[in-house]
Amino acid sequence: MSQTTLQASAQGFLARYAGLKSRFPGDNAQRAAGADAFARHGLPGPREEAWRYTALRPLAETAFHEPVILLSDTSAQLTALALPDLPRLVFIDGRFSAPLSRLPDGISITTGAPAFGHIADNGEKLVALNTMLAEDGAAIDIAPGIDAGTILLVSLGADAHGHPVSFHPRHAIRLGQGARLTLAEINSGTGVYFNNPVITAEIAEDATLVHLREQREAPGAFHLSTVFAKVAARGTYDSFSLALGGRLARVQVHAHLAGENAMAHLNAAQLLGATQHSDFTTTVRHDAPSTASRQTVKNVLTGHAKGVFQGKIEVARIAQKTDGYQMNQTLLLSRDAEIDSKPQLEIYADDVKCSHGCTVGELDADQLFYLRSRGVPEADARNILIRAFLSEALDPIAHDAMRDHMESAIAAWWDKAPTP
Amino acid sequence: MAAVAETLDTVAAVTEGGYKWGFSTDIEMDMAPKGLNEDIVRLISSRKNEPAWLLEWRLKAFALWKKLDEPNWAKIHHAPIDYQDLHYYAAPKKKQGPKSLDEVDPELLKMYEKLGIPLKEHAILAGVEPVEGERPPIAIDAVFDSVSVATTFKDTLAKSGVIFCPISEAVHSHPELVRQYLGSVVPAGDNYFAALNSAVFSDGSFVFIPKGVRCPMELSTYFRINARNTGQFERTLIIVEDGGHVSYLEGCTAPQRDENQLHAAVVELVALTDATIKYSTVQNWYPGDADGKGGIYNFVTKRGACRGARSKISWTQVETGSAITWKYPSCVLIGDGSVGEFYSVAVTTNRQQADTGTKMIHIGKNTKSTIVSKGISAGRSDNTYRGLVRIMKNADGARNFTQCDSLLIGDQCGAHTVPYIESRNPTAKTEHEATTSKIAEDQLFYCRQRGLSQEDAVGLIVNGFCKDVLKELPMEFAVEAQKLLAVSLEGSVG
Amino acid sequence: MLEINALRAGITDKEILKGIDLIVPTGEVHAIMGPNGSGKSTLSYILSGRDGYDVTGGTAMFDGHDLLEMDPEERAAAGLFLAFQYPVELPGVNNANFLRTALNAQRRARGEEELDAVKFLKLARAEIKRLSMADDMLKRNVNVGFSGGEKKRNEVLQMAILRPKLAILDETDSGLDIDALKIVADGVNALRSPDFSALVITHYQRLLDYIVPDRVHVLAGGRIIRSGGPELAHELEANGYAAVVAEAA
Ligand SMILES: Nc1ncnc2c1ncn2[C@@H]1O[C@H](COP(=O)(O)OP(=O)(O)O)[C@@H](O)[C@H]1O
Ligand SMILES: [Mg+2]
Repeated sequence: MSQTTLQASAQGFLARYAGLKSRFPGDNAQRAAGADAFARHGLPGPREEAWRYTALRPLAETAFHEPVILLSDTSAQLTALALPDLPRLVFIDGRFSAPLSRLPDGISITTGAPAFGHIADNGEKLVALNTMLAEDGAAIDIAPGIDAGTILLVSLGADAHGHPVSFHPRHAIRLGQGARLTLAEINSGTGVYFNNPVITAEIAEDATLVHLREQREAPGAFHLSTVFAKVAARGTYDSFSLALGGRLARVQVHAHLAGENAMAHLNAAQLLGATQHSDFTTTVRHDAPSTASRQTVKNVLTGHAKGVFQGKIEVARIAQKTDGYQMNQTLLLSRDAEIDSKPQLEIYADDVKCSHGCTVGELDADQLFYLRSRGVPEADARNILIRAFLSEALDPIAHDAMRDHMESAIAAWWDKAPTP
Repeated sequence: MAAVAETLDTVAAVTEGGYKWGFSTDIEMDMAPKGLNEDIVRLISSRKNEPAWLLEWRLKAFALWKKLDEPNWAKIHHAPIDYQDLHYYAAPKKKQGPKSLDEVDPELLKMYEKLGIPLKEHAILAGVEPVEGERPPIAIDAVFDSVSVATTFKDTLAKSGVIFCPISEAVHSHPELVRQYLGSVVPAGDNYFAALNSAVFSDGSFVFIPKGVRCPMELSTYFRINARNTGQFERTLIIVEDGGHVSYLEGCTAPQRDENQLHAAVVELVALTDATIKYSTVQNWYPGDADGKGGIYNFVTKRGACRGARSKISWTQVETGSAITWKYPSCVLIGDGSVGEFYSVAVTTNRQQADTGTKMIHIGKNTKSTIVSKGISAGRSDNTYRGLVRIMKNADGARNFTQCDSLLIGDQCGAHTVPYIESRNPTAKTEHEATTSKIAEDQLFYCRQRGLSQEDAVGLIVNGFCKDVLKELPMEFAVEAQKLLAVSLEGSVG
Repeated sequence: MLEINALRAGITDKEILKGIDLIVPTGEVHAIMGPNGSGKSTLSYILSGRDGYDVTGGTAMFDGHDLLEMDPEERAAAGLFLAFQYPVELPGVNNANFLRTALNAQRRARGEEELDAVKFLKLARAEIKRLSMADDMLKRNVNVGFSGGEKKRNEVLQMAILRPKLAILDETDSGLDIDALKIVADGVNALRSPDFSALVITHYQRLLDYIVPDRVHVLAGGRIIRSGGPELAHELEANGYAAVVAEAA
């Protein structure tokens, strides 16, 4: 049953590709290969180990259309986001909007076609879908030694007069040797739509990409994104993903530590209520000696929400002296919320230090009592403890403006969330 | 020192190098033709004179098996198994189920003696040295290929109301119990291998502890695969009524053979109110040679149901043998306040593959589970811990603690940890910790400075690493297990 | 007798010992003092056979054995004991079991009879009592969760039970209070006999008030730059290493 729904949905996407094929911009050979892969494999199903906790059925039951060109009140939406005053690239329904954007000076940025990047597909079905239907994206190239500061990458989605739409932006970031960039992504919108971005990042020796992601899609939206980050010697990929929005969301991050002393941080916080479903799935591949990875993932779940965390640390035989650490903690605040957590170590080198930890529970009764015994009302005490719980993931964000932005997004979410 | 430890010592001492239990025994066998079909299922059932309901049950299981697929999610690789190229029934000729020990084939008795398994009751009693804290002897059920060949101390046990006999015998002597509980914990269609076992299971142990009885001695089954090209499909069923208590041990070995042999057992445990079952395994099936030739494929389904309030099931396993181990002894915690435990040491060397762990399903309120897993990989082996902790919606106050540690010896092996944690109750609390490390150079040097050889130092450090599990084993087994660990890892360091 | 001759050794790319000559006759206790990083621990590790060092020249003989040719456990069986500056933790390994295994391995190697559990416990308990240590020392895991002082005392207990012919004590006094210091000294003094020698590595003259050495050597920059009687320790205490090093240069 569900299998056929998935197939029918895949057919819908393929039909769209067939109709638009001749009009797509960019590399057609790569697109054709993506279409071929998608035609063969379709959407991921519940029997696949990597998808055992996230069923795409609600997505498959929705028919998505090609976005229409015009949207009227996007600038109002943009204003509502209260963006920090920084250079920004704004995409509306996956297409670059020059009037709403403000390009940074002296940095090579190309838009108008998908930026497929140089990292090969890894057989990921969502990526094949993206490759097949990608229409636009940003190629950001930072020259060696340049500190490019911060660039905002904003995505606004909206349905087309009540018809659900899907868009599949494809961005590629390249950092030359010793370069630096903070890429701050904000995903938002209204109505029912499906945002399916893929970002590839190539980080050269000694370069650092800080990748901050704020997912606050519309309550009816689907968000399925994938990041590939390849890090050369002494480079750093430092990412934080905040998930607040969407009906069904999954963020996949694949970090490949390819050179000695390369480093990755894959931190995340998911705050979910109502019937939201959000999945944070990562793999870190340690492929060179003395590489390090750190992960702190926090979930706060209320209502009937379902949170998923899957984190895999792979250590190749040559990756001696790997240091891998992963911590996943969940607060369950309601009787109907659910967390599924699958941390995973796959280790082929013997001189390594790898560990993971995972805890699930409610607020600590002793701490709660301690606060109340000092006169703090229970509701406030709970709030204090929840914020303290999250701060471990938020505090390491060094970018003040973006951290503040995320803090207020959390505060806004909290005001709307049903109190447990 | 008690009898078993003593004899096991002796076995360990007189044999040297490689797999020490690899001899085979010449016994005249009654074999079914190769292959699996309805007729074979009927043949097995008729050889055992089974009642119609059991034949029905087997045939249903066989029908289910044909529809199922081999599971493919474990991190193991092997050439396809040809299920039609095996014998599904092999039994020593002569009598069916000896009535007393005197009727057992002397060749068989000799073999068990060689393995250090004393089947002669007087021999056991004579072997017990009177030392402080003397322990009672152990009752043993010996299963040779498909058939139980001897059960000791049956009469002594019967006096306290304990039933300990081959399951093939229980089918006749206690049909109502077997019928009530068989397949009630592991249904025939649970998985591919459980279905196969349900269709063709040959023998195994049956234990029943009535209300309020503490089993007066340890019970033990000793499994031995001997015949060539024979699958072994034993089935164990243990039922402990309200307030009862039993400690059950299981040991396994097999001859050294070039071809792979299939072992697909099912173990079902049922613990009623306030009952306790402690199930310990030392699994040392033939692991294959250094190049991965031969060895047992061990696909085992073990599950216990804590049906009554405050009941407790504790699994302890030391897995050193088998070419492939696929095994997840589990607890279904239904009764309020029931407790599940899983303590495991899994050692893989050469080309062995182990994918083992547990499932703890928390259904009742205030249920508790503890998982301690120690994986040791050496040579070119792969060792995976795979474990599920599931907290159901109504399991208020449930608690789980999981600790998984892996030790790598050498840089050609793999150590993997795959926990699944699913929680649906806010008042439940689960904690999971996992680490991976190797034996530190400075630890080895420290021991050697004090005069220990490299191998003794490794043995000592590995035993230290496994201590939290080994201490859960009954004394006699702990001694054997420690030696087994050292022997298994011989030659893997240095 | 320990006889070290022109010993040069180091790690890859770095020579640490640059020609050590040292003789410790049987029955004597010698002290080695010297600034941090001068190579004292390196010397003790090389004498006991730790991996990771390259010996580039010289010899080290002990009772007619060529130490440098032997495995660490062979050196131990020959009677060499090292009290580690940083004792190693062995999780899950019971202290009593560890000691008995070590003692019996050494006895076996020397062709002596092994001790059974009962005899061993008797011996160990007696030593514990004599060294005024806590009884639970034997039950605990080797050095796991021990305080710094407890670890050092555990080293001395091991020495007392293993009864070596040559003991090298690498800063066994560091981090000890005065009572513990006396216990360490008692442990060494109890072993003193015409068949026992010791090499006591220390920073402080204080320990040498309790273990009075026959000779004192100053190790600096990988060489022994001065040797003398017990009074040398007092001179170092009064003037510091810098003066002695400058004088020798
Ligand atoms: N394994 C090693 N790796 C790097 N440096 C080392 C190592 N061992 C010793 N050294 C260096 O050699 C010198 C002597 O060290 P050590 O013998 O520990 O000195 P001491 O014990 O006299 O303080 C120091 O500079 C130390 O840093
Ligand atoms: Mg030192």
